[in-house]
Amino acid sequence: MANNFQNEKNIKESSVRNFNINFGPQHPAAHGVLRMVLELDGEVVDRCDPHIGLLHRGTEKLMESRTYLQNLPYFDRLDYVAPMNQEHAWCLAIEKLLNVKITYRASLIRVLYSEIGRVLNHLLNITTQAMDVGAFTPISWGFEEREKLMVFYERACGARLHAAYFRPGGVHQDLSEELLNDIMSWSEEFPKIVNNIEDLLTENRIFKQRNVDIGIVNKDDAFEWGFSGVMVRGSGLAWDLRRSQPYECYSDFDFKIPVGKNGDCYDRYLCRVWEMKESVKIIQQSIEKLSKCMGEDVLIRGKIAPPKRSDMKKSMEALIHHFKLYTEGFHVPKGEVYVSVEAPKGEFGVYLVSDGTNKPYRVKLRAPGFLHLAAIDYLCKGHQLADVSAILGSLDVVFGEIDR
Amino acid sequence: MDFSQGFGLILIITGQCLLITIGVLLSLAFLMYADRKIWAAVQMRKGPNVVGAFGILQSFADFLKYVFKEIVIPSGSDKVVFLLAPLITFVLSLVAWSVIPFNEGWVLTDINIGILFIFAVAGLEVYGVIMGGWASNSKYPFLGSLRSAAQMISYEVSIGFIIIGILISTGSLNLSKIVLAQNGSYGILSWYWLPHFPMVILFFISALAETNRPPFDLPEAEAELVAGFQVEYSSTPFLLFMIGELMTVVLMCTLISILFFGGWLSPIPIIPDGIFWLILKVLIIFFMFSMVKAIVPRFRYDQLMRLGWKVFLPMSLAWVVIVATLAQFGVSGYVRW
Repeated sequence: MANNFQNEKNIKESSVRNFNINFGPQHPAAHGVLRMVLELDGEVVDRCDPHIGLLHRGTEKLMESRTYLQNLPYFDRLDYVAPMNQEHAWCLAIEKLLNVKITYRASLIRVLYSEIGRVLNHLLNITTQAMDVGAFTPISWGFEEREKLMVFYERACGARLHAAYFRPGGVHQDLSEELLNDIMSWSEEFPKIVNNIEDLLTENRIFKQRNVDIGIVNKDDAFEWGFSGVMVRGSGLAWDLRRSQPYECYSDFDFKIPVGKNGDCYDRYLCRVWEMKESVKIIQQSIEKLSKCMGEDVLIRGKIAPPKRSDMKKSMEALIHHFKLYTEGFHVPKGEVYVSVEAPKGEFGVYLVSDGTNKPYRVKLRAPGFLHLAAIDYLCKGHQLADVSAILGSLDVVFGEIDR
Repeated sequence: MDFSQGFGLILIITGQCLLITIGVLLSLAFLMYADRKIWAAVQMRKGPNVVGAFGILQSFADFLKYVFKEIVIPSGSDKVVFLLAPLITFVLSLVAWSVIPFNEGWVLTDINIGILFIFAVAGLEVYGVIMGGWASNSKYPFLGSLRSAAQMISYEVSIGFIIIGILISTGSLNLSKIVLAQNGSYGILSWYWLPHFPMVILFFISALAETNRPPFDLPEAEAELVAGFQVEYSSTPFLLFMIGELMTVVLMCTLISILFFGGWLSPIPIIPDGIFWLILKVLIIFFMFSMVKAIVPRFRYDQLMRLGWKVFLPMSLAWVVIVATLAQFGVSGYVRW
């Protein structure tokens, strides 16, 4: 007996190697091209190391060798889930440096399409979040609606995804009356679809078990990690750039800012659902306002916008202007500016340094998803493997903007 | 020719085996199609609609596709076990059909421990998954097989206890006798679902877990483990896994209809009994399996274990005690022998 006891003492403690797995880049729940190295202790995540850069295209550098207008389509390719919201920040930055004020109608159209972008984004996000926890039906219901919104994109600018519709000085072209009517009738139907999706998820026990108290972000951490958008609102902070520093004409609109309580995946889901409903209200209000200012110009006919086609047939100056605008581009006065918009994913910012030429000297894009993803280790540590995909779903990452 | 002994007997048994195998496999093809169509309808998609009229031959097209593909065997895998695993899953799920009574006297081997036999075979089925995951020598399959081992064992326990309740009422392990015990003068009301009501739901849910169907499809959880133990499988071995799994699902549907819904008995006493009723019941339960798949999200691993051990096990255990007490005092409906 004593001998046995001694023997036991002699046994050395050996460290057990943890299980490392690659989560992505070819993983169905990796939301694109994210690669995460997970260190697992059984099913519990010990360390979560995100590797990014698989979709890096060097957008910021490329922008330095293109004119301001040529750079615009790059913004569609950042967060390709809600393209126009990114364009918005770029246009606002240029307009701020140029000190240009756009017409009210153009401003309303921008608000309208920004909110359509928000619905597009949240539809994709809540349904993929549901898919990440194993519910496959909401996503095909959500895509039905996304498809309709894509058609509205197409009818406004000719492209379903890469719109290039917001331009410095306004928007590319005016919206027809029928289109506005169709958007209006869509917005009346849409809340029913949201309710249908909610029926499947919001009070579903399994969905709640998978999301409540998962990936909690408290207020202090939300600040420290530089979160924005739903990631802070889910934690109970009513921080929304549309309200706190109104840009465009958001101050004319009546809408609420949904705020969560616990900062877990479930609260973020609820915030997104409510934001969609609020966005629909904004859409309806903007259509009402738009119907009051029919016929107003949507693009400032100055040096930053092309002349009218009819003018070009008669006026030599207009023709020269057109040629110069699309070859050399317009010049932006020297200076630097930071402009941010409340993109669906959070604060999307553009820091633009201009040296007075036709091309930006340096552009820094602040993509909200980048900062959210940076906190994945903090969010996932101690959770189960299955929670990683739930948390990743609620972070709302899109690699177009994270890798840039 | 004498069919009761010698060569004639072998011939007739072989014939019966073939009949059941082909019948089951053929119906699987259409059940697979139905499963996909139901799922598609819930999701507002069209589902398979190209091969044959309304896509009804889709399963056969898929079958041919799988068969003609190259079998990829990972170089790091244990080749024998790797190929054995899908075979085990397939064969075991087929073997269980040998004791299923399709109609009065329509049963291949009418052994007196039929239900125990099925239980044993279903218990062995986990080996296919474990071996498949282990032999792949890859991380996701490994995790998937570990999960499924724990899962299938946990839910077998509660299934076992539920079956004990039925056995106490029937006094026999023979499946035909279990069906005949439900043959009362009240038709649908004398079946076991009424006296054993809470256990029908428990059995249904446990059957979902036992067959790795959503919301318990953790071994192949797409969002976490990509495809779990099936990650490295392709071609025919994968097909065998798929058929095996679906066959177990249908087996569970059949078992539910035999244990709780009177097998081939007709719901109204005047209408004659027959295999038609069994098929109808299986289809209805299969429809419920499909709907569950379309509606629910997936449980997390620990939640699944908690449900199995802390909810289902005590409930089914308590039910055994209750049924035993009721049977002891001869409460009508609970003791039928």
